[in-house]
Amino acid sequence: MLGGDPLLSGNVDLAVVAIVLLKVVLIFVFLLVATMLMVWFERKVVGDMQNRVGPNLAGPFGILQTLADGIKFFFKEDLIPDRAERRMFILAPLLSVVPAFLLFSIVPFGGDFSNGNNGTVEIFGKETLLQLADPPIGILFALAMSSIAVYGVMLAGWSSGSKYPLLGSVRASAQMVSYEAALGLSVVAVVLVSGSLSTHDIVMSQAEAGWGFLPNWNLLLTGVVPFIVFLIASQAELNRPPFDLVEAEQELVGGFHTEYSSIRFALFFLAEFMNSVTMAAIIVTLFLGGPAGPAFIGPEWAWGIFWFLAKIVLFLFAFVWVRATLPRMRYDQLMDLGWKVLIPLSLGWVLLLAIIGVARDESWNPFVVIVASSAFFLTGWGLLRAAKTTSKARRLEGVID
Amino acid sequence: MGYLGGFLVSIRQMGRKQRVTTEYPKEKAPKPIRVHGRHVLNRYEDGMEKCIGCELCAGVCPARCIYVRGADNPPDDPVSPGERYGYVYEINYLRCIHCDLCVEACPTEAITETKMFEFSFTNRADAIYTKEELVVGDDGRPKHLPWEDWRPGEDEHTSAWMRATSPSGDARFEGTVGWSGELGYGVRGAEDAQDLKDRLTTGPDFVDEGHDQDDHGHADHGHGNH
Repeated sequence: MLGGDPLLSGNVDLAVVAIVLLKVVLIFVFLLVATMLMVWFERKVVGDMQNRVGPNLAGPFGILQTLADGIKFFFKEDLIPDRAERRMFILAPLLSVVPAFLLFSIVPFGGDFSNGNNGTVEIFGKETLLQLADPPIGILFALAMSSIAVYGVMLAGWSSGSKYPLLGSVRASAQMVSYEAALGLSVVAVVLVSGSLSTHDIVMSQAEAGWGFLPNWNLLLTGVVPFIVFLIASQAELNRPPFDLVEAEQELVGGFHTEYSSIRFALFFLAEFMNSVTMAAIIVTLFLGGPAGPAFIGPEWAWGIFWFLAKIVLFLFAFVWVRATLPRMRYDQLMDLGWKVLIPLSLGWVLLLAIIGVARDESWNPFVVIVASSAFFLTGWGLLRAAKTTSKARRLEGVID
Repeated sequence: MGYLGGFLVSIRQMGRKQRVTTEYPKEKAPKPIRVHGRHVLNRYEDGMEKCIGCELCAGVCPARCIYVRGADNPPDDPVSPGERYGYVYEINYLRCIHCDLCVEACPTEAITETKMFEFSFTNRADAIYTKEELVVGDDGRPKHLPWEDWRPGEDEHTSAWMRATSPSGDARFEGTVGWSGELGYGVRGAEDAQDLKDRLTTGPDFVDEGHDQDDHGHADHGHGNH
């Protein structure tokens, strides 16, 4: 399971166990602190963009506000509604939180990728990767975990025994399932280009020198489109604005967590923001070369961590910026965007990348390839368009509902 | 920029230090002069109470939060200049909706509302303000009760709403002093006339459609309806 890590290829002795435990604790603490800071960062930046102050009383610049909120949640009354399905009601927040933690285990958060190094560092005399696990299935594990998180949301709404949470969770499961497809297809593009599912190998392939000053990132290698699709789909997967129909306060009270209170609510909240951090980390890993980057003065492994964190913060800011800017989408717009735009687009792009890859390997005539594939994609686009207009016309006629 | 123009709008707000919010417990937003806060019972300049115990305020109160019991003035030591005075006067602030109907009903301008609404209680009995708490102090200012959040100057405008009301809503009485003096303040001046205020507070491009219609007469309205 821990796969490609050179740490586990030899004998497993006490030092190896200690290193693994150290990494577990490190990731756990990092995630909790990052989540705490993310909540604070989001409230502060959104506040600034809306001409408000944001939290400013707890600690310097209100940085301890999340901690204070967390402590408060622990002391609140834990309420389980009478009509709730008790066991599922208790299980649901855990189903949200545990995948959020597990998701980070495959993310390479540091390492020395400069000057053609293979990203390993030496701790206690052992060579190891700065990531908890490097399974051969790699990025599929991330998709699996984010799918399991849907169960948390769905069961929470269903088990509450109340109508608003149920509506919220129905929206959530439909939304997350439909955007998972676009998410997965844009990951396929990355896998095609990198040639591996393992996150470490994906980072390694991006650490090589690119063209001139441009880095060899998948962002450029896959032609930007999968990156944009992934960015949009990840926002939908995270239930963040403008795709936060799941917890649309104006329509659904609190959405799927309406009936939750106390620490159980805090767990959902924690999972949501932790997923934002992790999703930023996965975007960085897939498209921006993760911790890979040039090393200047000082130890090389520290530069890996620095690049990783810098890229993450960039994306977290972008997430908050999107939240402060875009209004919530309507449900039909959400489904239209997912099924009629993102999925066909990413599917077509994967095919295009595959054609280019095969054409290069088999050294086909580039002219024929270009003409044939553009004819193919134009036909596909035309058919999709015809299908959309026909169905819209029939809907307007009232033939189908 | 099309779809993406909105992103510029939100990022331009960053770091501009302009704030639409007030850090409330530290500073308070200025209150409009006619805010309805808690009541005071006013006194004349010689210290006599204005309340005559007529119970009109209690009668008009839609929330039934006022309880008044009048009593005859003791001849040797009268409390109010009239025949009777308010012997018991209680307002329950858990019921009061601050509609100011009591202020309009009062024939002697005894009850008016201050601008202070920031008070809270920990039991129901505290929510009932008694006469001792409502009557203004010897300096003519409302009494500062321990559970009220006051800032300097907030106890000034205690009767603005009453003074702003023209009798029967007649504009000819605008600017005319039609009220008695108050302890500590004397006879307070009238508020600025409405059109002066409009000129000061509205821009030159503002078109007041309501006034135009009044000038052209009401006949237009009548024809329109038929």
